Amino acid sequence: MSYFKTPGGMTRRHFISHLAGSSAMATSAMTMGNAIYANADQLRKNRKSAILLWMGGGPSTIDLWDMKPGAPTGGPFRPIATTGDMQICEHLPMVAQQMHNLSIVRSMSTREADHNRGRYYMHTGFVPNPNIEHPSYGSVISHELMDQRPGLEIPPFVSIGGSSGGPGFLGMAWSPFSVTSDGRVRNLEMKLEDRRLRQRIAALDMIESGFAGRTRDLPASEHAKVLEKTVSLMTSDQMSAFKVDEEPDASKERYGTDRFGQGCLLARRLVEAGVPFVEVDLGGWDNHDNIHATLKDQRLPVLDRAMSALVEDLEQRGMLQDTVILWMGEFGRTPRINQGAGRDHFARAWSCVVGGGAFRGGLTVGRTNPDGTAVDSEPYSSEDLMTTVCHGLGISTDKTFTSKNGRPMKIAGGGKLIDELIG
Amino acid sequence: MKLFRIAVSLFTLSAMSPSVGEETGVTNSRMSSADALPPVTRMIDEVIAQTWKDWEIRPAVEADDAIWCRRVYLDLIGRIPSVDELTEFVGRRSKSKRSDLVDTLLHDDRYTSEYAAHWAGIWTNLLIGRSGGNDRRSLVNRDGMQKYFRDCFASNRTYDRMVFDLITATGSTKPGTEKFNGAVNFLVDKVNEEKGTLATSSTSRIFLGQQVQCTQCHNHPFNQWKQQKFWEFNSFFRQTRALRRFSGVDRDIDHAELVDQDFAGEAGDAEDALVFYELRNGLTKVAYPVFTDGTEIAPSGFVSDVNRRQELAQLMMQSEFLDKMIVNRLWAHFMGYGFTRPIDDLGPHNPATHPQLLERLAAEFRIASYDLKKLQTWITLSKPYQLAATKTRGNELDDPAIGETPKFSRFYMRQMSAEQLYQSMLIATGATPEGTYEEQARQRDRWLSQFVVAFGTDEGDEATTFNGSIPQALMLFNGELTRNATKTGDNSFLDRVAESSKSPRDGVTYLFLAGLARRPTTKEFGIAGQLMTARDGNMKEMLADMWWAILNSNEFILQH
Repeated sequence: MSYFKTPGGMTRRHFISHLAGSSAMATSAMTMGNAIYANADQLRKNRKSAILLWMGGGPSTIDLWDMKPGAPTGGPFRPIATTGDMQICEHLPMVAQQMHNLSIVRSMSTREADHNRGRYYMHTGFVPNPNIEHPSYGSVISHELMDQRPGLEIPPFVSIGGSSGGPGFLGMAWSPFSVTSDGRVRNLEMKLEDRRLRQRIAALDMIESGFAGRTRDLPASEHAKVLEKTVSLMTSDQMSAFKVDEEPDASKERYGTDRFGQGCLLARRLVEAGVPFVEVDLGGWDNHDNIHATLKDQRLPVLDRAMSALVEDLEQRGMLQDTVILWMGEFGRTPRINQGAGRDHFARAWSCVVGGGAFRGGLTVGRTNPDGTAVDSEPYSSEDLMTTVCHGLGISTDKTFTSKNGRPMKIAGGGKLIDELIG
Repeated sequence: MKLFRIAVSLFTLSAMSPSVGEETGVTNSRMSSADALPPVTRMIDEVIAQTWKDWEIRPAVEADDAIWCRRVYLDLIGRIPSVDELTEFVGRRSKSKRSDLVDTLLHDDRYTSEYAAHWAGIWTNLLIGRSGGNDRRSLVNRDGMQKYFRDCFASNRTYDRMVFDLITATGSTKPGTEKFNGAVNFLVDKVNEEKGTLATSSTSRIFLGQQVQCTQCHNHPFNQWKQQKFWEFNSFFRQTRALRRFSGVDRDIDHAELVDQDFAGEAGDAEDALVFYELRNGLTKVAYPVFTDGTEIAPSGFVSDVNRRQELAQLMMQSEFLDKMIVNRLWAHFMGYGFTRPIDDLGPHNPATHPQLLERLAAEFRIASYDLKKLQTWITLSKPYQLAATKTRGNELDDPAIGETPKFSRFYMRQMSAEQLYQSMLIATGATPEGTYEEQARQRDRWLSQFVVAFGTDEGDEATTFNGSIPQALMLFNGELTRNATKTGDNSFLDRVAESSKSPRDGVTYLFLAGLARRPTTKEFGIAGQLMTARDGNMKEMLADMWWAILNSNEFILQH
């Protein structure tokens, strides 16, 4: 009997179906491919995506989006007018011109003020629990929106310049594909003809199924899914979406030639190619010392250029109405300025920014008290934010998933909708 | 290459089992009788057996010798066994062969440098992260940290001495400098910024299992530690400074030096050197050095009066948390799960799954004068460590991967670390290392750095993409290590295997032993036969295909 010609199970069939070749399975995959093309335009129309701009370290939102000029906690920055119904920091002049597309939630109030816990909580809508891992934004959204893009051959969840959050109980196949902002993907070249790669994979599959059968304790199909995706992207023309270098110089300069700028440009390319979720990381917000000089000279110019370019570019390409943009970090920073002229971790009252998709722009949601130490309106949590973002993408958070131990699991921690954002 | 052939045939003889090549022979050879096991091992066995009884669990059978051999090599010296090592072990007839092997790996000079490098890597990653010292501006010298630990593990420095070194170290970070003391690299980048809060949280978490980072700013609802305790613990580090030392030539930072200096206190009175901290309601409070158990030391900030880090280290030596933390850490290293999750949180809000076992092991470890090799021996000879990684109807209840508490009724599979993979690939392909030890280490670190993702926080948090996701799969598919391993040119690994094998079958068997510590199954031989045809009878090319498949399998990448 030939192991190369007779698929012995779903696993091998999946592998082979992705490789151009002469086998029966491969042929049927090709036929299916044509059907996809016919529907491509239709699908593209309904295709939603999200881009998360992740501010690692915990950004000082009191200095950016919810300023307190004149208050003892206000800091030295001045507010400026925007194209939306709010004022923001003077060091974000280009973003100010895009605020009609973006809304600020000023009443975020959370409890996790440690980096790791906060990162987990804001990415998943759940507080960390040592016994279960919850899926993060990227895993949930890519998992739920994959049906809209059956022809997608590249990873549906890309993390640029950071590591984002994990897939939790959705499984390794939904973990982030991490790249640096130059879009370079390592180890992509096989230099082996397809037929031989297919034969190698048949041998690999044989070893895999034997081991899984002996131990009976493996997410063996998990590994198979990852390998399948790997083969798929290795042989895909869609990988050209990662070649951010091919962008015209003018657009590179508009986004900023720093890592975050190029990362945002890459995010736009990926979304354009059909990737449903991209996270771009900008670190360096953990400003316990000397915060205002750092913000003014380093963080804000970078953020201003890239974030404004992204919104503007998406709008000009007609993509903004289908692309949700979310800006946040793990928490905000203390209104009180400490002895080192810095601000410390603060989760009780802070802001994040939402725009694009079906969300209303130009608004502020909620408010903090005059010195920024507490929320004065209905407080919103990570659960609420995630529920709202999912809603904006047409993803139901009522859906019940089954965790590995058969426990029914919800996504986004059962939050409530932030109604004001929904048009 | 006569050696290869002998090795393979020896294995064939000794490992023949009734299942005809499907699996290697299952032998039970931990010890001739339970009496010969160390008493602590017997104690572990009894407690764990009681757990099984309580939960009505039937444990997995014992792993066969070859699989167990692979397991213990990976855990103790950080790589899989060579075919020679494997066949030699499997062929041994002694009833005490497993304890003999543990003894050899821990105490034989042939393995000292690998043992030391493996554990130095683990401790370096733990104390300074995978990226610590890689940034040009960093004060940490990674080579210095590694060198300190290599020396410790090569000479089996006791754990208490090691911790004492790390807490109290002064001197220069960089090997070859006048005041070199590699141990300073733990604290050198954690004391200058933010009043040494990172030194505070790292020290308490890593060595005492006390998670205090949240209490820096507020009293945490789930944690017994209060803000006051955080700043009291922090006070022990306030005499410590990292000084930059510049090279004469280009004024670049050459290295750093960790020193103890008089601390004037935040109120400017060194006789009464206090620190201030602020409550969430804006009130300012005062803290002095007080250990977690309430022991106070003199408030003077003058080093000549009281050296605060020396005092702290002394107090830590008395703490039962020191013992529990290392026992929990090593148990998790070998068993896949610790007694708590996460392992470095031993607070009262996070009870251990086997509290008595944890306490008794901790007490025994102290009695054994903190000899790490003894602790390693106790655990690796224990019954749960001998078990196969098989889920059966009798033990399926025991599934920590889905959030159940671990009952250790089978060996929990886990992925090799990137470091273990690297070293295993070298061994599996018979590669001869080139260059000095430091050059090899740097080459390896360069390779490892592709998997590290930093988080952009001041605490240097990071994650690894070596986690079973696509980047890892791409690396194993197409990366340099795999490319080199599957080369078929003259005197390549596969060339040598082909040359020394009497038949293609023989060559395939060798590759399975090298990568997976078992013989191929009938089906696997079958597919090799087909590959042989597909490669027009070119044995080396067939071997390249099979080797690629082996190296990409779960069975290879998992510790099982």
